[in-house]
Amino acid sequence: MTAEQHAQKHPQVWRRFSPRDTLLRYIWYLGAVAVVVWSISMLDIPWFYFLDAHLQAYDLAYRMWPPDLEFLETLANPLLETIHIATLGTAATVVIAFPIAFLAARNTSPNAFTWFVGRFILVTSRSVNTVVWGLLFVAIFGPGPMAGIWAIAFRSIGFMGKLVAEAIEEIDVGVVEAIESTGASRLQVLWYGILPQVLPVIYGTTVYRWDINIRESTVLGFVGAGGIGILLYSSINQFQWQEVSLMLVAVFGVVLISEFVSAAVRQRIT
Amino acid sequence: MLTISNLEKVYPTGTKALSGVGFTVDTPQVVAIIGPSGAGKSTLIRCINRLVEPTRGLVKLHDTDILTLNRSELRRARRRMGMIFQEYNLVERLTVMENVLSGRLGYVSFWRAYRRKFPPEDVRAAFVMLERVGLAGYQDTRADALSGGQRQRVGIARALMQKPDLLLVDEPTASLDPKTAREIMRLLVELAHDRGTPALVNIHDVALAQTFADRIIGLRQGEIVFDDTADQVTEAVLTDIYGEEDWSTTIRREGNGADNGPETKPPDDKNGLIREAAAG
Repeated sequence: MTAEQHAQKHPQVWRRFSPRDTLLRYIWYLGAVAVVVWSISMLDIPWFYFLDAHLQAYDLAYRMWPPDLEFLETLANPLLETIHIATLGTAATVVIAFPIAFLAARNTSPNAFTWFVGRFILVTSRSVNTVVWGLLFVAIFGPGPMAGIWAIAFRSIGFMGKLVAEAIEEIDVGVVEAIESTGASRLQVLWYGILPQVLPVIYGTTVYRWDINIRESTVLGFVGAGGIGILLYSSINQFQWQEVSLMLVAVFGVVLISEFVSAAVRQRIT
Repeated sequence: MLTISNLEKVYPTGTKALSGVGFTVDTPQVVAIIGPSGAGKSTLIRCINRLVEPTRGLVKLHDTDILTLNRSELRRARRRMGMIFQEYNLVERLTVMENVLSGRLGYVSFWRAYRRKFPPEDVRAAFVMLERVGLAGYQDTRADALSGGQRQRVGIARALMQKPDLLLVDEPTASLDPKTAREIMRLLVELAHDRGTPALVNIHDVALAQTFADRIIGLRQGEIVFDDTADQVTEAVLTDIYGEEDWSTTIRREGNGADNGPETKPPDDKNGLIREAAAG
């Protein structure tokens, strides 16, 4: 082999992207920047207000300190109610989301129509915010925790259903084959071959969603759907910042605890 | 017992996995099916219990024409065909007992299966079976805590719990070390002979097939090119099945290993199991 042939076969220069690829990549970057610029120019932001933002923030912090500890007594019950709303809403979610997940998984849905129905329910559930669900259920059930529970449940169904459906689609089909070849019925295959495989995902997402729901249920009171939110709303409206700060600390504490609980539970799932 | 004729399978992709396969198993014998990867061995076995739908042909188990059955009739027919898999296909998060009892699913109602309330005679049969495959005392162990050899023993127990008229065995030893592979094959063949259950065994290992099978069927590109007793397998036959290669070291020679026909004396099962467990 001559030196020339050798150099051709083993060149010194190697490029990850061709010039065309590089050009395309820069066009994408340019596009992303254009979108940001367009968004800002459309929003018509009053930049003038930002000039004293740091002073306003300092002032707010000053008025919040110290938290009004006497308010704790009034706070205790609504705070508990918030946790109960999250827990009951999550429980309702598990019961409802589970069958829908089987409809929405390609490999367990009886046919294309049921699959579409399952997916449709999940997408609908996720496309509406918890607070908006809260507004709807306050209109249906009247104000109070019942509206909150269903608002939490209806938003969570889409979340849990989607994750469980995806887990079902990724199960080991060999196990399903094995159970089918024993002459088991469809329902038995579901219960014996598929459910055990997705159980860790069901446990994990349930606890994770409960954790999220505790945070979400703190604002449900804004629209009258029970819990601590109604107090938070009225304290803000009355400029009782020391009460507000106490509530923020209390919610922070509860979220922290739920975080620990869910982390501990998820670690134990095998 | 089992009659297959003109069996054909064309996958939706256009691949012709089986073209006109036919044979009969009329005595309780162990039939090894050998052939290169892609020859249609797995497809053949799966066409018999219709985990794969054959395109055309005939499969008859005793007097039942398997291919004309509707869903619920097929379920009843599947109860009579126990299947054993290469990757064991146990439900990993369930206990050994639940896995063994799952062999009875075709016979119990959904609610019994749901509450894990199997009939007492099934539970007793399961304990007997566990002892027979060398896993006595393992009933509450989760399947994912077992070694490969132990898992395949559970797989065998599950299939036999069906009290099958036919065993369909797909590469039972391909995921196991050579020693465990022999132990598993020996157990399988013993059980098949004891119970008078014919077994179709897909297997890659020609020497293992020769050692344990009564009869060998060679499959090449979806067609049967050899069907005879194990001692008739020669270098020419292997060349015909697999293609040109030096086969002299593959074929089990007479006097090599001092055993003719299926091995007879099993070593102490318990010890084998303990060694196996220690090996992880």
